[in-house]
Amino acid sequence: MRSTRGRWLGLYSWLLLAYLLVPIIGMVFFSFNDVLAGRPQVSFQWNGGTLRWYRELTQIVGLPESFWLSIRLAVASTIVATIVGTLLALALVRYEGKKFRGRRIVDQTLFMNIAAPEIVMGASLLGMFASYHIARGFTTLLISHAVFSLAYVTVTVRARLQGFDRHLEEAAGDLGSTPLTTFRLVTLPMIMPGVLAGAMMAFALSLDDFVVSNFVAGTTLPFPVWVYGATRMGVPPQVFVFGTLIFLLGAAAAIGSLVMSRRGMKRT
Amino acid sequence: MTLTSTGTRQQINVRVANVTKKFDDVVAVDNLTLEITGGEFLSLLGPSGCGKTTTLRMLGGFEEPSAGSIYFGDRDVTNLPPHQRDVNTVFQSYALFPHLSVTDNIAFGLRRKGVSKSEAKLRVDEMLTLVDLEGRGERKPHQLSGGQQQRVALARALVNKPQLLLLDEPMSALDAKLRKTMQLELKRIQSQVGITFLYVTHDQEEAMTMSDRIVVMNRGRIEGLGSPRDVYEQPSTEFVATFLGASNLVAATLERGTGDVALAHHAHGTFRSPAHRLPPGLTGAVKCGVRPEKIQIRALGDRVAADENSLTGRVLISTFMGVGNQYVVAAPQGEEFVVYAQNSGQTHAPRSGEEVLLTWPVEHSFVVQPSGDQSPEGESS
Ligand SMILES: Nc1ncnc2c1ncn2[C@@H]1O[C@H](COP(=O)(O)OP(=O)(O)OP(=O)(O)O)[C@@H](O)[C@H]1O
Ligand SMILES: [Mg+2]
Repeated sequence: MRSTRGRWLGLYSWLLLAYLLVPIIGMVFFSFNDVLAGRPQVSFQWNGGTLRWYRELTQIVGLPESFWLSIRLAVASTIVATIVGTLLALALVRYEGKKFRGRRIVDQTLFMNIAAPEIVMGASLLGMFASYHIARGFTTLLISHAVFSLAYVTVTVRARLQGFDRHLEEAAGDLGSTPLTTFRLVTLPMIMPGVLAGAMMAFALSLDDFVVSNFVAGTTLPFPVWVYGATRMGVPPQVFVFGTLIFLLGAAAAIGSLVMSRRGMKRT
Repeated sequence: MTLTSTGTRQQINVRVANVTKKFDDVVAVDNLTLEITGGEFLSLLGPSGCGKTTTLRMLGGFEEPSAGSIYFGDRDVTNLPPHQRDVNTVFQSYALFPHLSVTDNIAFGLRRKGVSKSEAKLRVDEMLTLVDLEGRGERKPHQLSGGQQQRVALARALVNKPQLLLLDEPMSALDAKLRKTMQLELKRIQSQVGITFLYVTHDQEEAMTMSDRIVVMNRGRIEGLGSPRDVYEQPSTEFVATFLGASNLVAATLERGTGDVALAHHAHGTFRSPAHRLPPGLTGAVKCGVRPEKIQIRALGDRVAADENSLTGRVLISTFMGVGNQYVVAAPQGEEFVVYAQNSGQTHAPRSGEEVLLTWPVEHSFVVQPSGDQSPEGESS
């Protein structure tokens, strides 16, 4: 009984894993694909393996720049969204009634922020920047990315806070710590997993955002927008190389956090 | 197992003046006035939901009174935040920091006060020994049993040696033996360091043995206050008489008279009780009572002494309990009297159905104000 169920579960897991991984493996695979003749561009025919695209990584004009822009943008917007989102989550969970009028409105707005189609958000952000005469570029990208990431951070941190025993903060105060020390020594360490999960989400959302970026980017093109533009003339194979790099970065981060939490468990 | 002595300190009285706490329309604490003497061990007893924790929380600074003031000595601390009060709390839910080791939990308060790491370590180790948790300092709270966590919570508060220590059922999760040891240790620390204890417990015996004074609360109000003996022997209200231990109570009409004996006329006679112990202002409809262990169960027709109240009845139930016998005796009007007799091996034990004579000394009889529908509910061990 048990072993049959175990076998089906195993099969299901492997199939699911394959379904999720096949596109990525394809990308990594084709980053080693040679181009036989003409202008180097992606073809989906196997022409033999090569490391050429890794060597010529920086040879495409505009591609490395857009890649670095995306990384910088993701880091900056993650920092902004994580700080603002965490504080917002704290306010939403901790205060209500007279202390936080408009709490419901903020709550609903957050939900709308997540539910609204990206294209709507992109268009309205563009409209706003245009009417305030804000030049499009890194700043507008940063503001936009922080805005759509913020709601995700808030939701994640709030979930963590809801299981939080308020007596812990009271106990810290009871033992003589000021509200700020309590936050640093008790609240923050306790909600850290939620904050980190939110931050990772924000980073990922920013890194692969196309729709909103396309509206507010101006001439500063983040990686996804650049790639989209390149498809009209033919995508250089280096795009796959950068994609592979991003994937490796993500995988390393995931494995790193796994190892850290394992070690953390063993230490206690 | 000795604590680093800090010498005797100036002890302050804590005064709770006409404090009321409302949660929306629930009145958790109702115009409470209480003076806690510096260095005393005061226990709060009362049924679940009577406002014990709320009272403690207002003293700790976690809850602001809806009305009234709290004073530490001459200082009004009503609106002072917790971290500015020299008070520590043992929370009913322990509230240990789950991400910190046992040692760091206990050292938390010391470190906030600027005690050096090494000094803090020494004092934490003392506390660990005291609560019988040597060598467990590196563990995280979730790796301890409920009783061990409770002892850490106790140690974390005690190590700071505050002016006032608030304990919300700090031993509810400990087994009988450990509880006895901890009780002794607490008393020792209390007298040695001179900490004022405000102690909430559901264990009446614990409250009786440890306290200098006891407060019995019901529905946010104080129903009885005094030394354990006084509160037990001379309950001031029907609630106290039935909540603290057990009492036999009969509805009666009070006649104060002139002598040192008051008369309580009931349906089939009169009980006498000492006049000087009557709660002041009591008249008319009252309840007259006696504790089960004060009653002697005797053969019908035995001689009743001049200073004894008496009653005849029929034994309904006779229960052997090892150290004693418990009888339920029905009086002629149907009221049931519970009688507890020590198993001294000498007296004859009446069986069910037997007619018996119940007698008790006048001085053990008491008169209380009927509490109406305010009978105790919930725990009474
Ligand atoms: N934060 C709160 N919001 C609303 N009502 C509350 C709150 N805290 C306590 N109460 C109410 O106040 C009353 C007193 O509660 P309290 O916790 O002081 O009781 P307690 O005597 O400590 O009971 P127990 O022995 O069960 O711990 C209860 O009726 C409770 O429901
Ligand atoms: Mg309580």
